[in-house]
Amino acid sequence: MILNVTYTIWLRTMKRYLRLKSRIIGSIGMPLFFLLFLGLGLNSVVTIPGLGQNYTQFIIPGIVCFMVVYTSVQSGIQILWDKQFGFLKEILVAPVSRFAIVFGQTLGGATTAFLQGIIVMVISLFIGLHTVNLIGFLIAFGFMVLIGIAFTAFGIAIASRMEDPTGYQFIMSFVVLPIFGLSGAIFPISSLPAWIVPITLCDPLTYGVEGIRYGLTGISQINPILCLAALGFFAIVMTIVGAFLFRKMNY
Amino acid sequence: MSVVIHIDQLTKRFNNLVAVDKVSFDIDHGEIFGILGPNGAGKTTILSMLATMLKPTSGSATVNGMDIEREEDGVRKSIGIVFQTQSLDDELTAWENMDFHGRLYQIPSAQRNQRITELLRLVKLTDRKDDFVKTFSGGMRRRLEIARGLLHHPVILFLDEPTLGLDPQTRNHLWQYIATLAREKGITIILTTHYMEEADHLCNRVAIIDHGKVIALDTPKNLKDGIGGDVVTIRSPKPEAIVQALKESWVSHMEQQNGEVTISLQNAELHVSAIVTLLYEKRIPIDSLAINKPTLEDVFLSFTGKTIREQEADTKGSMQNMQMYERMRHR
Repeated sequence: MILNVTYTIWLRTMKRYLRLKSRIIGSIGMPLFFLLFLGLGLNSVVTIPGLGQNYTQFIIPGIVCFMVVYTSVQSGIQILWDKQFGFLKEILVAPVSRFAIVFGQTLGGATTAFLQGIIVMVISLFIGLHTVNLIGFLIAFGFMVLIGIAFTAFGIAIASRMEDPTGYQFIMSFVVLPIFGLSGAIFPISSLPAWIVPITLCDPLTYGVEGIRYGLTGISQINPILCLAALGFFAIVMTIVGAFLFRKMNY
Repeated sequence: MSVVIHIDQLTKRFNNLVAVDKVSFDIDHGEIFGILGPNGAGKTTILSMLATMLKPTSGSATVNGMDIEREEDGVRKSIGIVFQTQSLDDELTAWENMDFHGRLYQIPSAQRNQRITELLRLVKLTDRKDDFVKTFSGGMRRRLEIARGLLHHPVILFLDEPTLGLDPQTRNHLWQYIATLAREKGITIILTTHYMEEADHLCNRVAIIDHGKVIALDTPKNLKDGIGGDVVTIRSPKPEAIVQALKESWVSHMEQQNGEVTISLQNAELHVSAIVTLLYEKRIPIDSLAINKPTLEDVFLSFTGKTIREQEADTKGSMQNMQMYERMRHR
């Protein structure tokens, strides 16, 4: 019964996602330019010390990660738009468990984020991503799904505490971008000043980026098992926090 | 008739503003019951509490025999609700909005499809079923919301200001739908409104609410009869002479102001000829004569000393305070 409700919410998210082709294409713009300008542009200037990769190879997992995080936070914040347009009332007044609702919302967000990540990954194949093997891809997929769940739940948690979507841009600039910037997505952790390294290691996304990087390129600076454990833990905590805050959300 | 909603001393306080003040009444099965009052009188607050969206500060209520605080899910299954502001997903089609609702309320697939088809036909949206809701007019959205509210076969349908913002023609159509629904489906309908004609035209019984209190509750007819019946207004150059001339037993009250005499009486149409004959005999000229049947507006006026419009202007300030408080509470 709970699964029915979760599926209903998930289905709506997917319908809305697949329907707006222009939004899908539009959202790929930024990561695409990152890939082209940073990946190809800086490739000849930047060398990655001690990792034996060129910069394009290094940055691709980071950009995939960016796409997944960006999409999932946006999906989480979708509930604020639902509140703005009144649809949230329809959902909240139904005789169903709020956990089922928040779970469906989280899975829906994670699925769209995952699909967006795949699109960026496919584009990367043409820009210089050398495939390792199928297992590597599957590992990367796993990490993408975990990032999707964690950050959709993160978006839901934030949205549950906000009144209207006007603060959305603020969250994107002052929360999501720093998390992305600190994660070692565009530079290796080892080349950071020593005092920043601990901050980077506190950033849950660091483990996501490193996990995807391990999958896609076979090389990572943090043990992939540790990455899985850290990110998995963060995803579970965020899901619980998101569900808890959503449960207390008003009409 | 059996009682489907029982409200006992229901009270809601926001900070120091009492939005709903010890309200008690019963609603019978199959009734169209109107909650009438100016904006900010507490109508939506009452409805929100009955729909379990808002917790009462004190007092209690049962909906379909279930307590609104202890048996939330049972209450929610028994009610359909059409909110004051729109609550459809614009980026889904009419059918998809219905389907979403049906799945959310766990209606099995075959039954769901059949009921959606039937309800869309009822609100005349069959030919638009695969169109996106964002292309719908205000009236179509309302009809779709009403159809959606009925999908899980509720015992009671709540309509919060169902015709707000609609043009008069659409409003008339919607009244017909609502009346038909109550008749054919035998469900109880509770609607809030600040349109007098709406309450008068549609409702079997009306509760008039002001400042969170029920100030009158009866059938529209009894309410109107209760305030002294009809009013005949005569304009004449000799108003004093009219007051002298018409001291008859069937006149309950007379008042003279600015060359006009207002006469309160029951069944004005039966006495008009007598009035005219009397004044003619006494050679008192009549410039104009008008008969006014009382409206619920007059009922409201007689209970509060204000028209609904004046009352709305007064309550605006406290409404804003309430909204501000609501916002602060969320922080």
